[in-house]
Amino acid sequence: MSDALHVQLEVNGSAVTLDVALTETLLTSLRDRLQLTGAKRGCNQGVCGACTVTIDGVPVRACLSLTAACEGQAVQTIEGAGGDPAIAALQQAFIEEGGLQCGFCTPGQLIAARALLEQNARPTIEQVQEGMSGNLCRCTGYHKIIDAIRKAAQRLHP
Amino acid sequence: MNGVSDPVGRRVSLVDAREKVEGRAQYIADLYRPRMLHGAILASPYPHARIRSYDVAQALAMPGVHAVVTGDDFAPANRMGAFIKDEHALAKDKVRYVGEPVAAVAAETEAIARAAAQAISVDYEELPALLSPEEALASNVLVHEHVEEYFKIFDAGSSGNLCSRTEFSEGDIDKGFQEADLVFEHRFETQAQAHVALEPCGALAEVDAQGRLTLWSANQGVFRVQACVSEALGLPMTRIRCLTPKIGGAFGNKMEPHVQPIAAALALKAKRAVKIILTREEDFEMVRARHPFKIRIKTGVRRDGTFVAREVEVLLDCGAYADDSPGVLGFGLLCARGPYRIPNVRCHGKLVYTNKLRFGAYRGFGNPQVSFAGESQIDEIAEQLGMDPIALRLKNIIRDDDRWLGGQVLLSNGLKECVERARDASAWAAGAPEPSGPGKKRALGFALCGQQSGLLGTGAIIRVLEDGSVLLNVGANDIGQGSDTVLSQMCAASLKVPVEQVAFVSPDTDGSPFNWGTTASRLTFMTGRSVVGAAAEVEKKLKQHAAEMLECAADDLELVDGGAVAVKGVPEKKIGFFEIAKRSHWMVGGPIIGSHTWVYDRPTLDPKRAAAIGLPFPRIGAYSFSAMVVDVEVDEVTGSASVKRAWSACDVGRAINPMLVEGQIEGGFAQGLGYALFEEMVWDGARLANPTLMDYKIPTTREVPYELYPIIVESHDKDGPFGAKGVGEVCLSPVAAAIGNAIKRATRVRHFKLPFTAERILRGMLASEK
Repeated sequence: MSDALHVQLEVNGSAVTLDVALTETLLTSLRDRLQLTGAKRGCNQGVCGACTVTIDGVPVRACLSLTAACEGQAVQTIEGAGGDPAIAALQQAFIEEGGLQCGFCTPGQLIAARALLEQNARPTIEQVQEGMSGNLCRCTGYHKIIDAIRKAAQRLHP
Repeated sequence: MNGVSDPVGRRVSLVDAREKVEGRAQYIADLYRPRMLHGAILASPYPHARIRSYDVAQALAMPGVHAVVTGDDFAPANRMGAFIKDEHALAKDKVRYVGEPVAAVAAETEAIARAAAQAISVDYEELPALLSPEEALASNVLVHEHVEEYFKIFDAGSSGNLCSRTEFSEGDIDKGFQEADLVFEHRFETQAQAHVALEPCGALAEVDAQGRLTLWSANQGVFRVQACVSEALGLPMTRIRCLTPKIGGAFGNKMEPHVQPIAAALALKAKRAVKIILTREEDFEMVRARHPFKIRIKTGVRRDGTFVAREVEVLLDCGAYADDSPGVLGFGLLCARGPYRIPNVRCHGKLVYTNKLRFGAYRGFGNPQVSFAGESQIDEIAEQLGMDPIALRLKNIIRDDDRWLGGQVLLSNGLKECVERARDASAWAAGAPEPSGPGKKRALGFALCGQQSGLLGTGAIIRVLEDGSVLLNVGANDIGQGSDTVLSQMCAASLKVPVEQVAFVSPDTDGSPFNWGTTASRLTFMTGRSVVGAAAEVEKKLKQHAAEMLECAADDLELVDGGAVAVKGVPEKKIGFFEIAKRSHWMVGGPIIGSHTWVYDRPTLDPKRAAAIGLPFPRIGAYSFSAMVVDVEVDEVTGSASVKRAWSACDVGRAINPMLVEGQIEGGFAQGLGYALFEEMVWDGARLANPTLMDYKIPTTREVPYELYPIIVESHDKDGPFGAKGVGEVCLSPVAAAIGNAIKRATRVRHFKLPFTAERILRGMLASEK
């Protein structure tokens, strides 16, 4: 691969070096090179949100992000987020409230929900609907996802 | 024990929730095997063309390519199909729709495989394309030249482009219309809806050292996959082992085969594991969708509102292959009378091959379409008669010992309670609140339905392991709805152990008992009964051991909480499963295994009451019921309709897990809302114009109301395990009609065509003002 780029980044707290083509997406690097399959490929077009991860703490669509652009940045996937109290609270609330069924969209929902709670510690129902509108779920009808996020928010900021 | 004594009726979290929220749950795309290759598919660019020849030399010469398969790799006789065996794994001799798999490549990487697939050149001779059922019925061009010769599991009546036809009749339809004071006749049209399970379809095939295939895939039934791959490849079922990873939603899309036989053929040829994962676009264009229906519905009523006759005629676009379509036609017609007392009924229809994507199973299975027509028309009748639409329905719904169309006996019927509870919870009599602002109109709408949950074969095996723990093996896939959890709850309740003590075996055709599939709302009812039966056998064996150990009669013993057998009334005199398991494994009787299998065997048709032609399901029943009220607001400027609130009452027999029942009711409502308001697959000529999530919108948090109130009605079905029936579809089927009825009441315009897009609503309002 003569056109490969040498990229150094941090993934879930560990330094990672990858040789990637300029066009390789972060989602492909995570899933196919690093076997971090928690981020899902639902549409590969940035619509469904199932591939949501964070880069330097900011939620992004991994399917629209280029690995080559992540030089020196810190990527976090659901696999590396469990130690975060906000993610742990969200995970627990999703389990208790039935905020998931098939689970395919769930890692993306959780990463997006944490970002929402970072901006708004105690969102209203409408604010959750607004903040989570970029993450599709075909199973739940969203009601229990909204309840789970608000329950986690309440526990994090009683 | 604390609270474990009755796991049934409890809001138990999904048994696999933890692995899912931690991103550890593995779906088909997450699986890897040693030396695994990646597969890619070449799709047909034509809706209808003869395949003259293939040139695969360039693809095979590409570095990293290991195998290419085309239609030539499949024997002419190796056709698959649930009702009519009309389909090869790859197009053979002809292509019949744009997007049909024509050839496939296995290569070191997906990128190489995709490039190589595009390097295959196919010499086509274009044929005229038939893009509507009317056109196909009138044409001499045939989608399938030899449909009469195909193997069929029922009397389909196929000829020319007619794939199948079905008819049900009861009473005397002509006499019925003569007795009517008023006759209403309307025509309705429904659109194609895409399933859009968030996980696209995929499969991973591997050949083991004995030459047996192991096949993982996104699927709704490992035994269905095994049967289809067996047919498609001409292999005995014993040479194919099918397994399942976690399934990322399905809704019918994964019931019949997609890429499994193609992955299997590539693996056999390459002698390496091969994984194929469809892109979202391919998932739209290659797999299947909900049938567009054209429906003519005619209902005769007396002035007092009594229904006396109904005729329903449907025309279904089958697409290029039969798939589950004959079943959808048959079931749609079986639901076309609706859950109403109508003595004179004729429901009939045709399913017609066209050069479009195959249509197939989709949550509701024909019922959302006919319910849209029937429940919309009933509101029109109520308006003409000056009656309240709910009162009119209550006057006519089936009750007590009434039967389903065809004569199917109903052992439970909570429909009236569904209607009353949805009505009362929504304060129907008070009407909708004031619109949220100027330029908006708001109204409530109502609809109801019945939907089956019993059919075909299933089984369960429960083993008590050496340490006394319990292993439940049913061969039934959890596709996200939570059947692993519900069935574990039933097993735990039957044996009086904590749910956590029941381990659930992942379905495996080598080791699991047969299960037809996770479809038709059937697992809770059908497989649940198998679980209860198997548990009863385990209980009997446990008691035999305990009786010998305690030196008493087995009849004097009972199961007590926490995995033990005790003397009735003397709970301290007990023997734990651990001791019994040790004894059975090492000394007496042999390891404890309980099993139960059954097939739904109550006849659909009672020949003394009804007649049928082309009946695809001779045994189907155990009806669940639902009734719903929606509060809809229409923007007079844009025409856009939004659902502000909804109440959905579902008779599920008994809620084994109320949280999961609510999840079904809410999720089914959301999918019905998309169907009602904006989801539509649009063809530009022969080509699907919107095969992406950018162009095909599904409901988000912005469209689905948070005020969505599930109401659980429990009618305790005598056939059901713990009284339970299914819920997965009954929660969706009436949604479009309820929303359409609200739009009518808000705008005074009836829409006969789905979906109710802003443009259609606006045009309707403008036209009505003229």
